[in-house]
Amino acid sequence: MSKRNLETLVGLFVLLGLAALVFVALKAANLTSFSGGATYALTARFDNIGGLKSRAPVRSAGVVVGRVTSISLDPKTFQGVVHLEVQRSFEFPKDTSAKILTAGLLGDQYIGLEPGGDEKNLVAGDAIKQTQSAVVLENLISQFLFNKAADASSGDAAKKP
Amino acid sequence: MNWLASIGARALNVLAAWGRAAIFFIDLLAALPAGLRRPMLVIEQMHAIGNRSLLIILASGMAVGFVLALQLYNTLITFGAAESLGLVVNLSLVRELGPVVTALLFAGRAGTSLTAEIGLMKAGEQIAALELMALDPRQRVLAPRFIAGMLSMPLLAILFSAIGILGAWLVAVGLIGIDAGNFWSIQQNAVDVWRDVGNGVVKSAVFGVICTAVALYQGYETEATPEGVAYATTRTVVVSSLAVLGMDFLLTALMFSAPS
Repeated sequence: MSKRNLETLVGLFVLLGLAALVFVALKAANLTSFSGGATYALTARFDNIGGLKSRAPVRSAGVVVGRVTSISLDPKTFQGVVHLEVQRSFEFPKDTSAKILTAGLLGDQYIGLEPGGDEKNLVAGDAIKQTQSAVVLENLISQFLFNKAADASSGDAAKKP
Repeated sequence: MNWLASIGARALNVLAAWGRAAIFFIDLLAALPAGLRRPMLVIEQMHAIGNRSLLIILASGMAVGFVLALQLYNTLITFGAAESLGLVVNLSLVRELGPVVTALLFAGRAGTSLTAEIGLMKAGEQIAALELMALDPRQRVLAPRFIAGMLSMPLLAILFSAIGILGAWLVAVGLIGIDAGNFWSIQQNAVDVWRDVGNGVVKSAVFGVICTAVALYQGYETEATPEGVAYATTRTVVVSSLAVLGMDFLLTALMFSAPS
């Protein structure tokens, strides 16, 4: 095989490998979905973050506007502190509320932002004041059972006299 | 007292083998710059190691993608999570199967041929002839092969992952009928370029160093007889496979065990 042919074949192999890398990065991973645009940091405190993980999406009206960067526990109030980064092109009013929601019945959890009506906007480093914790299935069920039991006993009490 | 002596001899042998391997590896690293000064030799070896492994890597990647998609679908559908099939296949390929299976195939396909080639060079006294001509066989023979192996392995591994994901896409979208938009968008939401893809590439680069260095060492240290070469070739596969699997556990523990 001539030297030129050999070089061409090896060049093809290298190009093919790099093309595979680009394919995996762009089509099968998140390089495009968040194209490194400028972001600003926000925090939100939740009584219970449920199964929220870092890198979970932050959505507003269902549109991804940012990501969760990290999650920690406040040692004084025992609340979960969620750090978010939101794309700079989206600004939200000061009284925006944050909820932890679930995609589908058993899907991943994400943060939903619901804009309020304040004229001032949130700036980098601000904390979101109004938050709603994740729904924990066990709590929901025990609440339901407790209510049922309370209903039943009050029903008995009403019958007796 | 004989048994005591035999234990001691064994221990010393093992220790000496480790020492020889370490010195060999350091010599190999020292010969790297000299190897880079002969790009034509590196290109020849890239062709022998990389291009010629392409077919088996692509075929296996495709097959693994097909089978993963078919098998995982059966489990995922019971949880109503069939849409995340692409994500599961993607993560298992990019993080684990891509680098590891490629390294095992690489040890079998390219490592053995490196060992046999160098072992036969040694048996034919070509290595000794190079030394007689005042050419360092490490720089002339080993370094180009080492560089070619280090470069080829990550490329082959990412090709394996990419073709596997494409295979899974063929099965999931074409055969099973999962929505193509969901198949890709769920992956894009959850797979991180640096944490998942980047760590996979780092893994495959480490495995490339391990597989190539083991193959070269076994060839260089072989007994210069037909049986010696056969034995060295077998050992290349065994040692590099075990080293890759052990190293994979270590790297996975380092890279992915941090709580997110």
